[in-house]
Amino acid sequence: MSGQDHHHDHDHPHDDHHEHAHDHDHENHYSDMQARVRALETLLTEKGLVDPAAIDAIVETYETKVGPRNGARVVATAWSDPDFADWLKRDATAAISSLGYTGRQGEHMRAVFNTEETHNLVVCTLCSCYPWSVLGLPPVWYKAPAYRSRAVIDPRGVLSEFGLDLPEETKIRVWDSTAELRYLVVPVRPQGTKGWTVEQLADLVTRDSMIGTGLARQPEVLR
Amino acid sequence: MNGPHDLGGQMGFGPVAPEPDEPYFHAEWEERALGLTLSCGAFGAWTIDESRHARENIPPAAYLSASYYEIWIRALETLLSRHGFVTPRELAAGQSETQGALPKRVLKADMVAGVLARGGPCDRPVEAAPRFVVGQAVRTKNLNPVTHTRLPRYARAKTGVIEAVQGSFVFPDDNAHGHGENPQWVYTVVFDGLEIWGEGSDPTLTVSVDAWESYLEPV
Repeated sequence: MSGQDHHHDHDHPHDDHHEHAHDHDHENHYSDMQARVRALETLLTEKGLVDPAAIDAIVETYETKVGPRNGARVVATAWSDPDFADWLKRDATAAISSLGYTGRQGEHMRAVFNTEETHNLVVCTLCSCYPWSVLGLPPVWYKAPAYRSRAVIDPRGVLSEFGLDLPEETKIRVWDSTAELRYLVVPVRPQGTKGWTVEQLADLVTRDSMIGTGLARQPEVLR
Repeated sequence: MNGPHDLGGQMGFGPVAPEPDEPYFHAEWEERALGLTLSCGAFGAWTIDESRHARENIPPAAYLSASYYEIWIRALETLLSRHGFVTPRELAAGQSETQGALPKRVLKADMVAGVLARGGPCDRPVEAAPRFVVGQAVRTKNLNPVTHTRLPRYARAKTGVIEAVQGSFVFPDDNAHGHGENPQWVYTVVFDGLEIWGEGSDPTLTVSVDAWESYLEPV
């Protein structure tokens, strides 16, 4: 519940010996997976079912083209242009598509706007649903049990682990992505950014602020 | 199914571990796992719903100790074998022995940009009007199917309010098992934290799920 203990470090004193053993297991496991996946790719390539160059192209797409810079531009445009913000509220898929961001895991977009009163947080408790077209591939923590289990029951505890402590009276709305709608959080525009260009504003928009595990950066960081 | 994937509200997994400047991939095999999963998805032999169900069918102990790309690979092996593209023997030996099933298409490098840009929209028209309206109170059913469902355990038999009618979409509970797309209206249903978690819940919390029409009944 919300009163859950967050001081895990104190509850579980670390045993160095145990930690090392764990790391070793982890490395072994990763090398097992390396062998398993290589064998699968070799088999499927031999059978003519996959093209290794296509895999390279997929990886390159998500390493260089599709990532949180896309979402940051959506948010910065919404901050700068009230008509675009209104469109984003009404029909996020179309508004986002007008900036050139479409495709896999962004087919049905919804934008949810933080206000001074309400903070939005997005999770997929059942798997790893995430708006790839605007945020790219999800980080490991987003897909891991700790986040998926606790975001819906103890969001303040989760946020504090990201260094975000919201005022007690702030309402928290958690969006569990259980269907094919993909959610983009539009954080509150920081004060002191009047007259900034879309490009400047986009530099304030972090990936985590668009999931809801952070806020937009303050303008001081860019000075 | 009440599988290991249905994590909302479970306890004991410890703190979230955000990683500063997290790389896109933590090992080369993760890159290949992503590319293999998407390439094989392009065969057109199974749906996203069937692949989700293959992932949630991984035994709980294995599911909870696997990284997400490992979950993908384990499910991919299941799907490839179920649909006749590889045999379990070939998977074990890593060597091709038979031709096996032929995919509708093989994803080549020059097709990648187009396929990723198109994605896989799953909105479908339905003839019936939505049964529920915005602002209406609804109760989620107490469903415990052994098959695929997208109604999480924590949100079953709970009363909430329809916040939005989101359109009509392929019904995963049927589609995951090859029973057709059978589209239904999907609603965003919002619940008070207290309704879901009871005494001690964060009083400022509301949680929503996106629910297919047949998950809901009027109050």
